[in-house]
Amino acid sequence: MAKVYGDIVIDIEKCKGCELCVAACPQDSLEQSREVNSKGYLYIVKVQDNCTGCINCALVCPDGAITVYREVAGGKKKEVAKVKNVNKDMTITVDE
Amino acid sequence: MNEKKTLDDQHYEKIIAEESICTQDHVVYEPPKSAMYETPMHYCPGCGHGVVHRLLAEVIEEMGIIQDVIGVAPVGCSVLAYNYLNIDMSEAAHGRASAVATGIKRVLPEKLVFSYQGDGDLAAIGTAETLHTCNRGENILIIFINNGIYGMTGGQMAPTTLANMKSTTSPFGRDVATMGSPLKMTDLVAQLPGTYYVTRHSVHKAGNVRKLKKAIVKSFEYQKEKKGTCFIEVVSNCPSNWKMTPVESNKWLEENMLPFYPLGDIKTPNQKEN
Ligand code: SF4
Ligand code: SF4
Ligand code: SF4
Repeated sequence: MAKVYGDIVIDIEKCKGCELCVAACPQDSLEQSREVNSKGYLYIVKVQDNCTGCINCALVCPDGAITVYREVAGGKKKEVAKVKNVNKDMTITVDE
Repeated sequence: MNEKKTLDDQHYEKIIAEESICTQDHVVYEPPKSAMYETPMHYCPGCGHGVVHRLLAEVIEEMGIIQDVIGVAPVGCSVLAYNYLNIDMSEAAHGRASAVATGIKRVLPEKLVFSYQGDGDLAAIGTAETLHTCNRGENILIIFINNGIYGMTGGQMAPTTLANMKSTTSPFGRDVATMGSPLKMTDLVAQLPGTYYVTRHSVHKAGNVRKLKKAIVKSFEYQKEKKGTCFIEVVSNCPSNWKMTPVESNKWLEENMLPFYPLGDIKTPNQKEN
């Protein structure tokens, strides 16, 4: 099995601290910080390094504050499918 | 001393940057950039409006229809939708968004037109416009955000307010005997011959968000094929006027709104052709 590394970047100025992303994260990676942003909201920070890049947090975020990155490390990759995703084509790979 | 510290900082920053996977090749999700302005939205924290705006922008970007789409904003919390969506938009008088969208579509039939309305707008003052637009089968998409309350004006009872649900104008709960039952607009318009695709979604969980996005894509595709009115209801939350935290409001939505407003397609093209 290849290891999946995920990471997120939170735009703390856009975040309104609603904690919906905290509830949506299956890895419990996120938590509300003790500091406020310029609008006075307690923004969200990533507190653990176990993010898998599942994008759940970004999907439920009403303010579009989260960008998600993912890297699959190790293992050779074999192409299994090509997906037509509206206008973007995507290739799905698995480990050999 | 200070300089050394800065150098150290730079050193660590460099190491972090080298190890970070946050590069453009690894992006799996990015909020929409071109169909949405950078402006922070005025919605209350956790409000479902933001998710629906973002999904619309995503779909518009991915389908490459940013030049071809025209939206109509309602009166209600989402009255300023045109401040956030970087597309051509018009504002309609309270409840009249689908009538304005009809006009735009008839003058510019090659454009993709949608109206974005809340429940106070679409189901109360705009009932007539909505029903007749759907009955005529205007070739537009109607997005209906149903949070069972008048959000913008301070939480008064809406036609969609659940039985026994408290609001500022029904402080003891909605009494069905005197105030009527909650109005299921979506089931109503599904009965009309003009509608082609009628469906109900929510945005309280990541999976539901994905489904809603697919429904929006489908509706624009149907509109391109000139199939008739597409109607998407989004069961949403209103943490401010339900007087809950956003997380609680989503839980409440799941426990109380969804049994009455079950999710799923109500009228799909196949059913209609059969
Ligand atoms: S991408 Fe998934 S695992 Fe990572 S923080 Fe977001 S919800 Fe959690
Ligand atoms: S869902 Fe978005 S706005 Fe809400 S706390 Fe998370 S990052 Fe902030
Ligand atoms: S009042 Fe309700 S519907 Fe309006 S922005 Fe606030 S949470 Fe959303």
